[in-house]
Amino acid sequence: MDTADYLDVFIDESREHLDVLYQQLLELENHPTDMSIIEEIFRAAHTLKGMAATMGYESLANLTHKLENIFDGIRDEKIQVSTETMDVLFESVDDLNRMVEDISGGGNGSKEISKIVESLDEIEEGKNRAESNVDLTKNAPTIAKSENTLRSIKELDEFELSILKESENREFINYEITVHLNKDCLLKGARTLMVFNVLERMGEVIKAEPPVHELEEENFDSIFTVIFVSKLDENEMREMILTVSEIDKVTIQPFSIQNYEKEEGSNNSLLPRNDNNKEKEIVKRTNRAASKTIRVRIDRLNTLMNLFEELVIDRGRLEQISQEFEHQDLRETVERMSRISGDLQNVILTMRMVPIDQVFSRFPNMIRSLSRELHKKININIVGADTELDRTVIDEIGDPLIHLLRNAVDHGVETPDIRQTRGKPEEGTIRLEAYHSGNHVIIEIADDGGGINKEAVLNKALQNELITEQEVRSLSDQEVNELILASGFSTAETVSDISGRGVGLDVVKNTIESLGGSIAIESEFGKGTIFTVQLPLTLSIISAMLVDVEKEKYAIPLSSIIETAIMKKSDVFSARNKQVIDFRGKIVPLVFLKDLFSIPLDNDKAEVEYLSIVVVKKGERLAGLVVDSFIGQQEIVLKSLGDYLTNVFAISGATILGDGQVALIVDSDVLIK
Amino acid sequence: MKSSSALDKKVIVFQLKDEEFAVSVQQVGGIERMLPITRVPQTAEFVKGVINLRGVVTPVIDLRKRFDIEEIPYDESTRIILVHLDDMEVGLIVDAANDVIDIPEDAIEPAPDVIGAVNVDYIDGVAKLDNRLLILLNLNCVLSNDEVDDLKSVKG
Repeated sequence: MDTADYLDVFIDESREHLDVLYQQLLELENHPTDMSIIEEIFRAAHTLKGMAATMGYESLANLTHKLENIFDGIRDEKIQVSTETMDVLFESVDDLNRMVEDISGGGNGSKEISKIVESLDEIEEGKNRAESNVDLTKNAPTIAKSENTLRSIKELDEFELSILKESENREFINYEITVHLNKDCLLKGARTLMVFNVLERMGEVIKAEPPVHELEEENFDSIFTVIFVSKLDENEMREMILTVSEIDKVTIQPFSIQNYEKEEGSNNSLLPRNDNNKEKEIVKRTNRAASKTIRVRIDRLNTLMNLFEELVIDRGRLEQISQEFEHQDLRETVERMSRISGDLQNVILTMRMVPIDQVFSRFPNMIRSLSRELHKKININIVGADTELDRTVIDEIGDPLIHLLRNAVDHGVETPDIRQTRGKPEEGTIRLEAYHSGNHVIIEIADDGGGINKEAVLNKALQNELITEQEVRSLSDQEVNELILASGFSTAETVSDISGRGVGLDVVKNTIESLGGSIAIESEFGKGTIFTVQLPLTLSIISAMLVDVEKEKYAIPLSSIIETAIMKKSDVFSARNKQVIDFRGKIVPLVFLKDLFSIPLDNDKAEVEYLSIVVVKKGERLAGLVVDSFIGQQEIVLKSLGDYLTNVFAISGATILGDGQVALIVDSDVLIK
Repeated sequence: MKSSSALDKKVIVFQLKDEEFAVSVQQVGGIERMLPITRVPQTAEFVKGVINLRGVVTPVIDLRKRFDIEEIPYDESTRIILVHLDDMEVGLIVDAANDVIDIPEDAIEPAPDVIGAVNVDYIDGVAKLDNRLLILLNLNCVLSNDEVDDLKSVKG
């Protein structure tokens, strides 16, 4: 089987399972006895193993297999969940993550895993020792139990239980039958169906795990378990089932309702009631999500969007025609169509929205390992992970956020002893919050650490010649804080493994600004720091000012415009061979788009006395773009010029206007030097 | 590269001045009548600009200009042939496009040193069919970005 076609799916799904592993491991650390968490982890690990084996990534499959053994042990209460165990588990999931990333980068996912496997084996041996101890004391029951729970049926409802009880009374025997299909079995669904046919001739299937509909959809690895009621004995049944080909192994054991009830009871009594409920809710929610989503390639959505825009253009023409004809029915139909297509546009836009959780979910684990490395105690508090924003933004904000969080862990939160002397709780808190605000999403990263030391920042800035002595006095607190975002502020001295990576926060600032967003800092010395990142909801639609230059139309992104102005030609000065204007007390150089883009002149145009100027900014610097006239502000869909025309000077892309014409988008950043 | 295992090569034939050119149908995404073109400043002269092709912004180049043949005004028979190469999609403006034909593999010969007005670098070979001479275009060279980039580095 050629697996290349499935590689993308494999990588996507593996990442999802790894996310689940990370999340549930964190949960497990807090609730070490919660069986539903273990189940969740077990399921994720198991699926991952199956997928990795199918795709032929052996080290990935091996390591997952080891991991699975450990969770099996934890589930059977033979391994205690200790901090050391958790560390090894986290480390191995990190390794898995690295392998998957390697595979997605074109590698083969092989990695030196002997060391981590050794640690895992140690834990497992610990289990074995415990197991042998247990075996000595209460021999039979433990074994029975461990086998029972191997692929045990969970959550029988009352109805099912009553059937089982009833059948026991009528001298039927209740069995738990586990069927292992051949690993290479291609039509798992069909095989399963054949097994069920055989079973139904011998008795009755009460419950299947995974449920029947998932079996039909081949939503399982290669093992399934049924609770089965029959009068036949084990051997007869085994023989019958094995008549179906491609079955590796059948385990049949009596199913005892008493044991089941006892186990259920003990599981429940182990857990605080409300916790259990909460966990179940989570499990339920993820199950539902899994069954109701489909994966769609983003380029298909883009195609849909493109086609829809064409539709909108035709709609415009149709509206025009219907007005000319003054035909009642035609007009009503066109109006209806306009409304529907408006709704359709909203649907298409929201389809591209994904919860920010996709980015946030990997942070808790990162914070955990970082804080361990730095011997700090840090709790991360995530709020608003369900806030949705466009996929294009999601893809871009991961790195800047990681950088800010690392910064908060490294430079923000103090070590426990310092925190104690300052009268703060030993455990620091980092709050990561996302919420919508108008057409933007706001992400706040707040720590309750030391805050920004303004003296130190000023000294550093002076030392690196970012500011002069004179400027020091005139800077506001806000401006001082923002110095740490200035390029050239972070130097080798402050760069550490954690927040450094050799670049400063200026990179974060640049990235965010290039996304059309902004970043602000609030800080109180000794109390903590809040970074506020504001981002547009989508990168594919931006607000822009459309302008006319001779016969051509250009779009200038609103995010870079300060204001528009109309000035007399006589107000333009010449300074150092450049034409400049006096704009609110500042000398602003002019850029004539006509000359810059060598636009063919339209001779019909009369000479005018006024200049229409769009004042744009890049950081603190300004420039005035001279155009012929302003058409107006409009939401435009950003499109690339294609792979053939890359890096066209001062053009960042194109958009399609209402009349179907292409207008170019001016990249004003490169015009300001 | 040139020799495919299939005996016949299906090509789109188009006209440029008084010569006939051919590109493999596999590389052609469609043929369009002239569409409004938006000029893109500071690109090579043969890059006419971009068009709106069913919602996708697609660059177009004028093949006459590309091969230094004198330009003529676009008319009713002018066509844009959409070709793709790797991930690039580009429209080629040609005088006319009117034929899809099969060329037997053995009719294809290497390009002679001198052939019409077109530089031999852009040619994969020629095919003689009855009394027609088809020039097989090498899209890799036609669409190579080298010259576009050269121009940019001079100006920018």
